[in-house]
Amino acid sequence: MDYEKLINCMRCGMCLPHCPTYRETFLETASPRGRVALVRKFQEGELSVSDRFLEYLSLCLDCQACASACPCGVNAGELVAEFRCEKKDGEGLSFMEDLVLRRLVPHPDRLESSMVPMRLYQRSGLQRVVRKLGILKMFPAPLERMEGLLPQLPGKPLRRTLQEVTPAKGEERGTVGFFLGCVMSLIFSEASFATVQLLSALGYRVVTPKEQKCCGAPNMLAADRQGLEAAARFNTELFAGYELASIVTDCGGCGAELKKYGHHLHGDPAALEFSGKVRDISQLLDANAERLAPLLKPMDIAVTYHDPCHIAHCQGIRQEPRRLMQLIPGLDYREMNEADACCGSAGTYNIERPEMSDKVLGRKVANIRKTGARYLVTGNPGCLLQLKKALAEGNEPVRVIHLTELLLWSMNGTAPAP
Amino acid sequence: MDQSFLKELAAIAGAEHTLTDRESLAVYGYDSTPELESRPGAVVLPATTGEVARIMALCHGAGVAVTPRGSGTNLSGGSISFSGGVVLQTSRLNRILEIDEENLTATVETGVITSTLHKEVEARGLFYPPDPGSMNISTMGGNVAENSGGLRGLKYGVTSDYVMGLSTVLPDGDLLKSGGKAVKNVAGYNLNDLLVSSEGTLGIFTEVMVRLIPKPVAKKTMLVHFPELEQAALTVSRIIAARIIPATLEFLDRVTIRCVEDYARVGLPLDVEAVLLIEVDGHPAVVEEDAAAIRAICEKHRCSFFQTAGSNDEALKLATARRVALSALARFKPTTILEDATVPRSCIAPMVKFIQETAKKYGLLIGTFGHAGDGNLHPTCLTDERNRDEIARAHAAFEEIFDAAIAMGGTITGEHGVGVAKKKYLPKLVGESGLKVMRGIKSAFDPKGILNPGKVI
Repeated sequence: MDYEKLINCMRCGMCLPHCPTYRETFLETASPRGRVALVRKFQEGELSVSDRFLEYLSLCLDCQACASACPCGVNAGELVAEFRCEKKDGEGLSFMEDLVLRRLVPHPDRLESSMVPMRLYQRSGLQRVVRKLGILKMFPAPLERMEGLLPQLPGKPLRRTLQEVTPAKGEERGTVGFFLGCVMSLIFSEASFATVQLLSALGYRVVTPKEQKCCGAPNMLAADRQGLEAAARFNTELFAGYELASIVTDCGGCGAELKKYGHHLHGDPAALEFSGKVRDISQLLDANAERLAPLLKPMDIAVTYHDPCHIAHCQGIRQEPRRLMQLIPGLDYREMNEADACCGSAGTYNIERPEMSDKVLGRKVANIRKTGARYLVTGNPGCLLQLKKALAEGNEPVRVIHLTELLLWSMNGTAPAP
Repeated sequence: MDQSFLKELAAIAGAEHTLTDRESLAVYGYDSTPELESRPGAVVLPATTGEVARIMALCHGAGVAVTPRGSGTNLSGGSISFSGGVVLQTSRLNRILEIDEENLTATVETGVITSTLHKEVEARGLFYPPDPGSMNISTMGGNVAENSGGLRGLKYGVTSDYVMGLSTVLPDGDLLKSGGKAVKNVAGYNLNDLLVSSEGTLGIFTEVMVRLIPKPVAKKTMLVHFPELEQAALTVSRIIAARIIPATLEFLDRVTIRCVEDYARVGLPLDVEAVLLIEVDGHPAVVEEDAAAIRAICEKHRCSFFQTAGSNDEALKLATARRVALSALARFKPTTILEDATVPRSCIAPMVKFIQETAKKYGLLIGTFGHAGDGNLHPTCLTDERNRDEIARAHAAFEEIFDAAIAMGGTITGEHGVGVAKKKYLPKLVGESGLKVMRGIKSAFDPKGILNPGKVI
């Protein structure tokens, strides 16, 4: 832990109103300023790492809204994550962490197979029966929450069905790599397929390397630095084997992690080059706005946008998605209050800290409701899962979609089902 | 702290709103003031006026000191408990109670965030002008306690110009209601004015009623560069002399300009000595007229660049340099000492010159920006708290700067308050008779001296 980073915090408090957990509790220990102070006081020997100390730090969603707000460039969210990583280095992984992070997540085939029972569970009608009978109430609460989050799964993961090379439509303008995130492929394959179609329509040849592995974000989340570095090294090497102008992803979480590979691998030149090529899909589409606009057909719908933390705070992308939506003729765009506030999904936070996650989510849902929009657009699978579930449970007449789905609808002139 | 006392405290506000663990106490030991820290004995977050009253009665009986705190953005150490007492945080008193559009008043609990009130009233075409730099997190109670100013102070005044009524819990737990909706009210001493800027030493505010005004219809933003500091300062005086009161008249000096350019690359030339950000608001016709007159004055004083914003977006762009000034300076070095020496506006040029010379004399990096229109400057020393020698030189330099401000007919603090950080300079400013009256007031309100002891006097 770099002490310099800790003392750069001048305690001005500008981060406090942007921190979801401070807004709910008003507690200094639940604020970015307080968390930096806790870590600093540990470093200075004033505090030791007690259970309560870790409990306070683990309330952080790592949404990094504090980093966007900080006048001094301190990233409290990242500092807390790094601190937890350092603590963990000494302890090793638990049995479950080892199973999931080392034996499952880095192996796409195993990951996909692990979803087969879930798909069967849904298709067979068993899910309906289980939910109706409330059987999950007999299991630990986290299991019930996990089950509840899962939407209807697509027939097959996109990684299985998508060709490694998708040719450009019309005149070819270049080749881009597509980093297909695990959750996008497994659950939101329709959105990622839309991404590929949009790129192809704009004249890009799209390469989706089949062997690509998880970006490493789950490892980072579980403070598993070794797993993270292995993922970064593997993907860097894999993509280096293709001639690519840029590497696109439609997963905010992957994008944020991929852009940090250079940092994760301590300035390794190949990793830096890889990270330098990574673009969120909204960035690349926005750069092609002039050619995209004529392809879009009118849509008479009211839309609002939720900024995923991993896109707005971690990557600093705010205007691109909004500009793209407003390219659609007739679209009624409505900005919501606190659009860049976390939805409470935050990796596995919604399962680990359900009480706080629900509070943060409740505030988000209220802000969505106030816009009166019928479509909520966003760009990260964690947010999609969390918001789909919340809006369905609240019987809100709002459909949650990925930005690329909206743009593809407009391009194809297909009116979405109400 | 005494266990039975803590039990009673928790019985009032609830156990989850009464903090005594090591970690919590450690992070409630600071506010935004550099270098000051002291752990309280407990922290309590009441939710109602009734709870505040019961807490004060309890502490009064037990002889325990209480330090009120909003969001902890105080810049003079005012919200730090130096006596190991109770920190009382008002954030949960956060309801907007009423916006009265006929009498043009808003009544809020004191934990309400300043910018939340701005949004609420502006949605109704009304305006609450005080806009301190921390308005996105500062509480209304803190603004009243410190008499906060802001960028709009020149034309619209400061917090005290808007306070019409207060509900204050006194040190013994009694509730004092002062003022009200009547615009004219001369019944007895003006307790509102006495309580505003009392820095948490006389009572704990639980509700405040503020005056609202109609929201200005139009505004125009201008950015002007000056190769000569004196000419920029003269421009400020001449604008006022021309009977124009801009809503905003902000200033950046050379050091600040360099830091801003280094950080934000907004296209400021590095050879200018001063930048002014000017905003006029009001009736559209008047705004046009004022802007034209200001342009003429700036050109007469040899500005090297003058730009007027055509749209809201452009206005925001022009204001970037001023908006990021503190960020740009703060990123330069780990420790940022932000002061608020204030002089009559005719003394802006000599004051800025004096600050620059003092910085050179002590070998320090001091950037100055601030509210030129009302003479409220923010000389900001960029340093490193680990460099004890430099910190000592910074304190010596600021002592000279405060002396100069007093000599020019100004003050040691324009908007941050005395707290503990400026306590030793106060006698120089108010004299023995001033201190005597202040001590008398303090003992009339708080004879046992339990409320925010050690602050101001």
